[in-house]
Amino acid sequence: MKMLRFLFLLAVSGLLAACVGPQLRGTGDLGLIIERASGQVTLINTSSRQPYARIDGLGDLSHASVVYSRDARYAYVFGRDGGLSKIDLLEARIVKRIIQSGNAIGGSISQDGRIVVAQNYTPGGIKAFDAETLELLSEVPAEYAPGKFSKVVGLADAPGNKFAYALFDGGEIWVSDFSNPRQPTTQRFPAGSQPYDGLITPDGRHFLAGLFGEDGIAMLDLWQPEKGARKILENYGRGEQKLPVFKMPHLRGWSVAQGKAYLPAIGRHEVLVVDVATWQEVGRIAVRGQPVFVMARPDGRQVWVNFAFPDYAKVDVIDTLSGKITQELAPGKGILHMEFTPRGEQVWLSARDDNKVVIYNTGNFAQVGEIAVNSPSGIFFTHRAGRIGF
Amino acid sequence: MALAEPTATRQKELVRMVRQDCGSCHGMTLQGGLGPALLPAALKDKPAEGLAATIYYGRPGTPMPPWQQFLSEAEAAWIVDKLISEFPQ
Repeated sequence: MKMLRFLFLLAVSGLLAACVGPQLRGTGDLGLIIERASGQVTLINTSSRQPYARIDGLGDLSHASVVYSRDARYAYVFGRDGGLSKIDLLEARIVKRIIQSGNAIGGSISQDGRIVVAQNYTPGGIKAFDAETLELLSEVPAEYAPGKFSKVVGLADAPGNKFAYALFDGGEIWVSDFSNPRQPTTQRFPAGSQPYDGLITPDGRHFLAGLFGEDGIAMLDLWQPEKGARKILENYGRGEQKLPVFKMPHLRGWSVAQGKAYLPAIGRHEVLVVDVATWQEVGRIAVRGQPVFVMARPDGRQVWVNFAFPDYAKVDVIDTLSGKITQELAPGKGILHMEFTPRGEQVWLSARDDNKVVIYNTGNFAQVGEIAVNSPSGIFFTHRAGRIGF
Repeated sequence: MALAEPTATRQKELVRMVRQDCGSCHGMTLQGGLGPALLPAALKDKPAEGLAATIYYGRPGTPMPPWQQFLSEAEAAWIVDKLISEFPQ
């Protein structure tokens, strides 16, 4: 595996300073961008707004996702082809890489940082690895009926070294407890038809699974699991003809802002607003396409929304105080993902078909930077290391 | 199958659409994801007409949407023809 370093690498202080010996450096302003078509990642610095290294040899990175070690030095990259790669952001190299399944969709890291869990489509289930060595510790096959295995979606870390996730084919939410990492125990909860993704609220209390096969979202209170999963936002479509969904929305804990959850509707060009104290719908906001990512700025004042094909050149910004769209942006072609800097003064957006990442100032919506990246998709900054559900 | 081949430019657009947009569920390398694999081995027992209809009309009850706003039936048939042999990069 070879690593291509950019020529201006040496201009970035503190990293790989080969000529002057290693310098100490933190990772709080670092991150990485997935280059989905070429199996590469670009490592970036959000202070300089520049890339500082590129790493290749990571396999099929379409739909790849990343979690960070609790010291925010290592990135775990989950590839579509089942590859799990551990990358050192400071040394800009792959520390370890394994192929852990045939077809994966993402992963998560435990509360104590010691277990990395991958969620798999084929064979359906989750697998737990030692975060240090990537040694396989245990697995939980998603066998929801004898001989029937489900694709796993929505995997999220929960307090107590638990992981919550949903079974697309099985229609259930499962919670696996890895207190003993080699012998996990699992609880099952009926959820509804075709859960497509899930999220855990930032306090680690509620797990939500968005449903594709019916209107509504299944919600499990992890503080009171004995009450089971219940439906919220039931029948929000009220039997109306659904619009086609050309890409499934993505759910994560970033949807929660100012005591409300902002969630993508399925088959409707709307963001649904739910009060997280009562779990009642309190509003709907019309947007310019099928929402994919509905992400709150870290302070919760704004919610940024991107869209599925064919509306993925647009981004809408909701002002959470007024509940209205205040910006209709056109940042580039094929906007696949967004990531806020730790305190939200900037947002980085990947424009896949323009082969660039654009950087916006979230205060005045001016573009403040741009990085050339080959077919970028996910953008992941290290502040995810300290957040539940990321 | 006697197909009116799409123009070279259109073929490139269709290939890109399959890899990038269909790829969000079926995988960019078409090995499957939330949607099934679209590689020749996975499709070999399925009639081509049915596959083309799935692309054009979608499959109710599954997440597969209809793509008829974006391509013609002949173009859907061309995509199937390429999928069951070898899909261009």
